Amino acid sequence: MPTRVRDPTLQNRLQNSAPNRERPHVDALIPPLLNGTALGALLLLAALGLTLTFGQMGVINMAHGEFIMAGAFIAYLTQLVVTSSNISIVLALPLAFLGAGLLGLLLEVGIIQWMYRRPLDTLLVTVGVSLILQQIALQIFPAQGVPVESPGWLDGQADILGYAWPLRQVFTIVLAALCLAALAAWLKYTSFGRRIRATVQNRDLAETSGIPTRTVDRITFFVGSGLAGVAGVAASLIGGTNSQMGTQYIIPAFLVVVAGGVGQIKGTVIAAWAVGIALSFFADWTTGSMAQVLAFVLVVIFLQFRPQGLFTVRTRGLT
Amino acid sequence: MKTTRTRRARSLLAVPALAAAVTLVLAGCGSRAGDSAEPTAAAESCIDTSGDTIKLGFLNSLTGGMAISEQTVSNVLHMAADEINADGGILGKQIEYVQEDGATDWPTFAEKTEKLLTQDCVAAIFGGWTSSSRKAVKPVVEENNGLFFYPVQYEGLESSPNIYYTGATTNQQIIPAMDYLAAQGVKTLFLAGSDYVFPRTANAIIKLYAAELGIEIVGEEYVPLDKDDWTTQVSKIVAADPDFVFNTINGSSNVGFIKAYYDAGLTPETTPIISVSIAEEEAPAMGHEVTGNYASWNYFQSLQTPNNPGFIERWKAYPDSSGVTSDPMEAAYISLYLYKALAEAAGSFDVDEINAAAAEGGITVDAPEGVVTLDGENHHISKPGNIGRINADNQFDIVWSSEGFIDPDPYLEGYDWFPADVRDALVAAAG
Repeated sequence: MPTRVRDPTLQNRLQNSAPNRERPHVDALIPPLLNGTALGALLLLAALGLTLTFGQMGVINMAHGEFIMAGAFIAYLTQLVVTSSNISIVLALPLAFLGAGLLGLLLEVGIIQWMYRRPLDTLLVTVGVSLILQQIALQIFPAQGVPVESPGWLDGQADILGYAWPLRQVFTIVLAALCLAALAAWLKYTSFGRRIRATVQNRDLAETSGIPTRTVDRITFFVGSGLAGVAGVAASLIGGTNSQMGTQYIIPAFLVVVAGGVGQIKGTVIAAWAVGIALSFFADWTTGSMAQVLAFVLVVIFLQFRPQGLFTVRTRGLT
Repeated sequence: MKTTRTRRARSLLAVPALAAAVTLVLAGCGSRAGDSAEPTAAAESCIDTSGDTIKLGFLNSLTGGMAISEQTVSNVLHMAADEINADGGILGKQIEYVQEDGATDWPTFAEKTEKLLTQDCVAAIFGGWTSSSRKAVKPVVEENNGLFFYPVQYEGLESSPNIYYTGATTNQQIIPAMDYLAAQGVKTLFLAGSDYVFPRTANAIIKLYAAELGIEIVGEEYVPLDKDDWTTQVSKIVAADPDFVFNTINGSSNVGFIKAYYDAGLTPETTPIISVSIAEEEAPAMGHEVTGNYASWNYFQSLQTPNNPGFIERWKAYPDSSGVTSDPMEAAYISLYLYKALAEAAGSFDVDEINAAAAEGGITVDAPEGVVTLDGENHHISKPGNIGRINADNQFDIVWSSEGFIDPDPYLEGYDWFPADVRDALVAAAG
């Protein structure tokens, strides 16, 4: 028979056990809706970079998930240098953008540039690159992963309609909105954005007009990969930071980009939030595993009726 | 690095032995090809005991998702082999190990097992982590009459003449955890697990025992092993407001769970968690959010036993060390010493003679967790039950211990609240 030693730290809690405590009453629709919005924001962050590299350039970059991982590890490394997590997380955002962007640039210059117009080859090669990056991370960092401390100003909850909404979720949403706004403005209002759009719509004509399309390719790939790094910082606050973390984002991110309409940022935005909110409601009604199945089924059915996605644009890469 | 050098040196010394082994392999293959009715006989003759070394196989995922856990098991097996070799080996023979990568892929585990048994002719294989990897290895070791030593706590309901289990079965980890909760006066429990065989089986057992103990299950949630998002499920925990959460989540998903739990304002003071997979290796990756919660294991680094300080010291000094000791790696460490004890009791490396020695009983290993005794029938070992609370240094303060060691009961035959039809159904479902 086991010993019956009581653990004093527990007794306080258990003396006020279930029946005596006041249970929070929350509308059944609010938690999944808010959780889903945050999950959608994380999906959007993971997918935004892909709308550039896959959507605009036609490169199926399976190492995008490992760029997310790189961003998360950069957040950790930043924390080693700047120990105050209140400041380091803010510093980590641009550093992760730069670090993951440079990784992307390296991939573009080293490998991808020989493979434009061959999307299936980019798929195979980048799967290999993703495995290599995972193994490198496994060799460098502790196998079980590293902790990225959340800043103090993200501790706690905001009260939304009686539901205690974690501030870290709010942070993800704000971050996704900022990245989205910056990317949209960059593409729409800057001369470089116009060059990207020109190259996407007609590469030959763009070249004839004096646009250096190779430079455009590189910078597009840099920015797309950099956005994955920013997604990594957000992911490091929500889940584990380890060599395998990228694998869980890559498939949903591609799914979101395809469902939204390849190359269309507004489609990606709608698809990301639709999938995120659907996942949370399904998880609320059924189980976490069934939610994944249902969400995928929903997207597949949608693509049966609308294979081109929500919105379409003529791209050079996939047609 | 050290291990590689010594292994090479040993290999050079063993050239004649290897030549003999090659001849034997060829003979074995030849007879198998000629007489396919007797594959077992060919496999048995394959183990080479003529030289001054004995070949053992280590089969761990060094790449892929499970590498985050299995790398440490591989490293501690290397350390145990070095220790045993420095101490004179097994039956006077130096261990010469063949390390294979299971690559987080279950068919690869089966293939490598076949390769280790029939081509490398190892006397025994050590490793595996997931139940899927063990179930992939099981038919292959049984068919070839090999030996497999499995070092991780698991869902029980299994025993094989060709497998020795040095991790806990359910009555050595899950049931002590429930006994602890009952002793603390817990009335309501929420079950959160990853979606695969261990959590599903563990929760089936927990629900039956909870009914016996008068504990109400107020929720049960599963999330796929490779998903970190637990926010919706944690909202359900907030709504259900249980006295305790029983956590059978595994891998990186646990980090997502702990963060979502902390973010929702849950704390060990309001809603403590008891886990069966967070150990000294896993806790650091979860940051301060996990501090104050509980885990049920047999071994903790903080355990006060005669052998533990030396074990910790040797592991910390080992070149490939992770710096902390934990339950699964300690069980892997035991597995090699258990094999040594078995071979020495049998006076032989022959599988049937080793099993006969096990069946005679009385095989013990003086392990870091204490003196463990092998059950010759079900091939599991006795273990102490311990509950620890995670402190700020990611070590565990032990808050509860079972009275003495718990004998393994993988089929829970000694528990009358566990009905035979449920047992049969679970065994059938596990395949």
